[in-house]
Amino acid sequence: MPDPMRIRATEQPDGVDVRVLMSHEMEGGQRRDSAGQLVPAHFISNVTVNHNGKPVLTAEWGPAVSKNPYLQFKFKGGKKGEKISVTWVDNKGETRTDEATIG
Amino acid sequence: MIQNRREFVKVSGVLGLMAAAGLITMKEAQAQQQAWNKAAFDTKSLEDTIKALGGSATAPSGDITITAPDIAENGAVVPVAVSSKIPNTQGIYVLVEKNPNTLAAGFTIPSGTEPSVATRIKMGQTSNVHAVVKADNKFYVATKEIKVTLGGCGG
Repeated sequence: MPDPMRIRATEQPDGVDVRVLMSHEMEGGQRRDSAGQLVPAHFISNVTVNHNGKPVLTAEWGPAVSKNPYLQFKFKGGKKGEKISVTWVDNKGETRTDEATIG
Repeated sequence: MIQNRREFVKVSGVLGLMAAAGLITMKEAQAQQQAWNKAAFDTKSLEDTIKALGGSATAPSGDITITAPDIAENGAVVPVAVSSKIPNTQGIYVLVEKNPNTLAAGFTIPSGTEPSVATRIKMGQTSNVHAVVKADNKFYVATKEIKVTLGGCGG
């Protein structure tokens, strides 16, 4: 099971500010190991952020997103105390979902 | 009545098993996996990426802001933020011209979400970074050069 994400969602006058830090190797598929073999790519390909069961952001990522990816955005219509959930899926089919409460 | 109850027990048992075996989440995961636009992520230039995303041409736009350092000391972690003032922004894409594959990340912006995202990307070398915005099914682009003193692809 991959490590949990760190999610911070705060209500601000102009919307809910969401910051997510995921824990993932994001192997680019360009690097060679000590034996000279290419390390196969292993990266988060899809990210979905839901609020009240409705997506507020979806992302498609390639291997060029940095290790332990960071994501920040803002959406309108969220209130303090409500929950958002973040789900990622990587190119090997591993997935993780974490929830956070808007503060 | 008893028959119905049996049916019910059977069905819920099967559903429970599926969930326990991770079948349902697996299916979900696969559905999401298929939404990954492989063709676009395989492209090697701005023009090809736009084509793979379903566009034909891009117009330069002053309404797109790229917030990123002029010089990135570490190419493995380059913070990039893109925001758009173009009405009806549907998507934001971050492209790195000289990376092995041009497209780094794409974001779909539903209405109600601000057309502004920030993330961190890898850059192999000093390169132009294009922020492409899709609005009303048209593509707009802004470009910024980021100098990299230490590459982040390969090693």
